[in-house]
Amino acid sequence: MAIEPTKPHASAFTYFLVFGGLLILTATTVVVAYRPLGPFHTAAALAIAVAKASLVVLFFMHALESGRLVRLIILAALLGVGIMLAFTLADFWSRGVDLMIRNPG
Amino acid sequence: LQADNPLLAHHFADLHQQHEAATLGMWTFLATEVLFFGGVLTGYTVYRSQYPEEFQAASERLSVPLAATNTVVLICSSLTVVLALHAAKSGRKELVPLFLAATLVLGLGFLGIKFYEYSLDYREHLIPGSDYQPEGWGPLPLGSAELFMTFYFILTGLHAVHMLVGMGVLVWLLTGALRGRYSERNFTAVEVFGLYWHFVDIVWIFLFPLLYLVRH
Repeated sequence: MAIEPTKPHASAFTYFLVFGGLLILTATTVVVAYRPLGPFHTAAALAIAVAKASLVVLFFMHALESGRLVRLIILAALLGVGIMLAFTLADFWSRGVDLMIRNPG
Repeated sequence: LQADNPLLAHHFADLHQQHEAATLGMWTFLATEVLFFGGVLTGYTVYRSQYPEEFQAASERLSVPLAATNTVVLICSSLTVVLALHAAKSGRKELVPLFLAATLVLGLGFLGIKFYEYSLDYREHLIPGSDYQPEGWGPLPLGSAELFMTFYFILTGLHAVHMLVGMGVLVWLLTGALRGRYSERNFTAVEVFGLYWHFVDIVWIFLFPLLYLVRH
């Protein structure tokens, strides 16, 4: 008998659709890097990376079909990274910490 | 009852519970991996915000075409892994080894391109240390550019080690798949491996813009 007899799973067509989306987003991030976006380069690159990662997590890793525990773990991971980034950067960006690197010559 | 099912370990009530426990275990491990890579990337963010020009100038020495090709290679390998799982779930067990073998070939291709890139970095004196001497470097300080290259080698190196571990497991999966082990009755190992492989793909999805496409 099958392991999950009641759960329907995504079709191969969905996987190819997601694959196409990932390729288009990869091309977009390269093209965008060579456009005059000024200070918005990093934000655009990160937004595209987050979109690609979301496609992989939701469809290839089946987070959409997974139970509550899996969603809880994903949220916990994101929260952990969020706390690490937010508190570290709040410190470095607000207190004028000297990160001087020895620059020979 | 399923008590006599050879696929069921004795400490699980049924196959469904066994499957849930295995995938949940991998998800938990991946959450720790997010923090593992996240720690290095936090350090990267702190220093990049301090030395934006130097990080950009150092990044422009890296090959965007090679890295973009590798991004596509990894996305293709994620597709083949998910198709291997789909084939097993749909009972088409003869397709499972084909898709797993394709994944292995794509993984090898990624590492081959990465190795070629490292050899270019070596020839262009981009390895941090006493040999770090990018040709025609302008007035910007070298030390912080060297720090960017340190992040580059640590991040891509850790990623490559994850690829190697994944490919070791993949060889084991493939030998089982060639003997017809995976089907709609037994696909947990393929699924758990897939979760890991997709995560390694996601790491690269972030490394590509953060290392190769630094613009301010």
